Amino acid sequence: MQCQLIRSLLLILLWTGAVAADTTNKPEFVFTAIPDQDESHLQQRFNKVAAYLQRELNVAVRYVPVKSYAAAVTAFRNNQVQLAWFGGLSGVQARRLVPGSRAIAQGYEDQFFRSYFIAHRSSGLEESDSLPETMAGKTFTFGSKGSTSGRLMPEYYLRQQLQQAPDQLFSKVGYSGDHSRTIALVQSGAYQLGAVNYKVWESELAAGKIDTDKVRVIWQTPPYPDYQWTLRGDIDAIWGADFSARLTTALLEMQDPELLASFPRSAFVAADNPLYQPIVDTAIAIGLIDAEQ
Amino acid sequence: MLANNKTPDKPDTSAGALRRVSLWFAAIALLGLVIADISVTTLDPWTELRLMVAGALSPSVWSWSILASSLANTFAFALQGVTLGAIAGFSLALGYRFTLVRAFCSFIRSIHELFWALLFIQVAGLSSLTGLLAIAIPYAGTLAKIYGELFEEVDPLPLDNLPRRRRGLSYLFYTVVPLAWQPMATYTSYRFECAIRSSAILGFVGLPTIGFHLETALGEGHYSEAAALFYALLFLIGSLRLWLHKRLLPLYLVVVFVYLPPQAQLSWQLLVRFVTEDIVPAPLRNQSFNSETLTAFSQWLQLLWQQQLWPGLTNTLVLGQIGMVFSGLLALALLPLNSSLFTAKRSWARGLGDGFLILLRTLPEYLLAFVGLLILGPSMLPAILALGIHNGAIIGHLLGRYSDQIILRADASGGVTGYFYEVLPRVYRQFLAFLFYRWEVILRETAILGILGIGTLGFYIDSAFETFRFDRALLLILASALLNSAVDQLSHYLRRRLHLKTTPESL
Repeated sequence: MQCQLIRSLLLILLWTGAVAADTTNKPEFVFTAIPDQDESHLQQRFNKVAAYLQRELNVAVRYVPVKSYAAAVTAFRNNQVQLAWFGGLSGVQARRLVPGSRAIAQGYEDQFFRSYFIAHRSSGLEESDSLPETMAGKTFTFGSKGSTSGRLMPEYYLRQQLQQAPDQLFSKVGYSGDHSRTIALVQSGAYQLGAVNYKVWESELAAGKIDTDKVRVIWQTPPYPDYQWTLRGDIDAIWGADFSARLTTALLEMQDPELLASFPRSAFVAADNPLYQPIVDTAIAIGLIDAEQ
Repeated sequence: MLANNKTPDKPDTSAGALRRVSLWFAAIALLGLVIADISVTTLDPWTELRLMVAGALSPSVWSWSILASSLANTFAFALQGVTLGAIAGFSLALGYRFTLVRAFCSFIRSIHELFWALLFIQVAGLSSLTGLLAIAIPYAGTLAKIYGELFEEVDPLPLDNLPRRRRGLSYLFYTVVPLAWQPMATYTSYRFECAIRSSAILGFVGLPTIGFHLETALGEGHYSEAAALFYALLFLIGSLRLWLHKRLLPLYLVVVFVYLPPQAQLSWQLLVRFVTEDIVPAPLRNQSFNSETLTAFSQWLQLLWQQQLWPGLTNTLVLGQIGMVFSGLLALALLPLNSSLFTAKRSWARGLGDGFLILLRTLPEYLLAFVGLLILGPSMLPAILALGIHNGAIIGHLLGRYSDQIILRADASGGVTGYFYEVLPRVYRQFLAFLFYRWEVILRETAILGILGIGTLGFYIDSAFETFRFDRALLLILASALLNSAVDQLSHYLRRRLHLKTTPESL
């Protein structure tokens, strides 16, 4: 009995291994996306985007959901997805790990993205033209560790304007993991200060989730480039010589508001790798990535 | 049992010894409290807490099909993982008398499921194979330990009565295994409940279990959806005993392997790259081996020690120690809820207490720590509470069940007096055994709190994965594995020394 069980298990394992090794000549094109808000219901919304691309490109297209920036980059690096909607930093990390890959389009809003520094009323901080020195010694939370708007750019401006690393500047530094959560934590006073993606702030404000008597914006960063579509460099060899060009066109011509709301962006515009050089420099400056050897 | 008594030191079984050890542990925890940051700095948690309570009272299922499929995945990963873990664990247990095998088992179980998953994701992607292995490997280590210890403890008489003392496999199967079978089965089934929780938590790193959606819902403040997901998980765990019968097990096994076949787009290239590039310390990568690279390597190591290893180790130990003692205190406080000695005449009270403890131990530490963070502000306090409540509920539950065997005199006092003078002295020895068993687990669980931002080794490991520095991640994982193994050894030593009965149900 025991032996039989083991044998059938082994058989199942072998069989699935064989299934995994089997590759058809026309593989499915797979993409993923890092949304900056409203992560739930992703599958439904992005399945519509997949259907749109499938119609435009005439190949099978599938969307896979991921949980984090790092997971998206890993999937891209391992060629489990060929196209990804990355944040600024995750896109830079992905393109460094996959030589030949390139940024092909960004959201209209991503040309001038911003982060907001927010403060609980009790901190006594008011809106100002630069980061106030009186931030020192207070508690502060970033968003996710790998986020451009919730970590990278805020940390960069903190170091630039106050000449100190966050650990030294603040009495406590946290990583909330999520922009909505950053707002909730600062609103509750658990942290006195925080940094968020401006789009998430605006949409939560519009939804009435923010009590501006308790938490308010005290400074906004200058604009920087953020989210973008990044494509692996080796796909034309598999899906046809003009595939990446057709894909880029399909993305840039996406006009259905329902599809665009998934990102959420008003439109997509062309992008390229050099556009993200400021993000590379910033990430190197604060030690999130190593300088090219 | 006596025949196998290989106690290194003379056991000290006096009440004084128990008291001394307990006091030492409490004193170290108090010292930890001095070092640890446990300040309360919050102002206005009530808005968010009101939303949470409102959500808990108005669960809403957003998509039944997603709820059903993520529940099914949670169950499938758990059952597959425990099955494979049990087969591998059984094979390892056959060689458990060899130190090397024991060390190997201790090593693989000292790495948290989440870290196994993060490692496998690098080579096998977010695949069903990743989920299966992330559970099967650490569970194999745990089950091997339990099975091995059970083999050692069975009555040696049948084996001794064989004509020649040959230790072949068939001898083992006819003499030792039948005697150990019942407790093995009991323990494995207990372990299955843990596996469901592990499986749910794997969703936090992206596998399609219920934790995937739960984490999202909690992170974005969709508490009604979070409540529905959580109740579904609770229902799955609570109802196991109603439908997971031994005889139906083969059927369920076939179903889960057909439903979720363990597959992955395994690529040799990825594996080679991972082993020969990714995990090689950065200064040594693609370098010829000379004194210059060696210097660079030692600098790299030194920096890592100063900035991550040392603070991570300290915080892990401090949090683990305080968490353990707090779990113990809470378990003793919760014991009456789940013990027939206190609820005998009121079966509804027993049911209620039982349900309450299931609720407490199923609540993800993640959620507990977040609620703690809202109420108490950022410090180690929310983490201590999360660890304590979760583990205290588990030990309290086990202790309650143990106390059912105690028969008190008819004229024994009840209430508070009865608790302190009749029950507590009788369960204390077992309580310490459970707690020491749990110590290593508590330490391992600090990992998940690290992912939430508390500066344990888990925090630095997570950061290393986030920045794709797998060399650092691996080194930090090895450090935490060594720490856990050391604590495991110490706990083993203490249990021998104090002659605490090692019933294995408590891991």
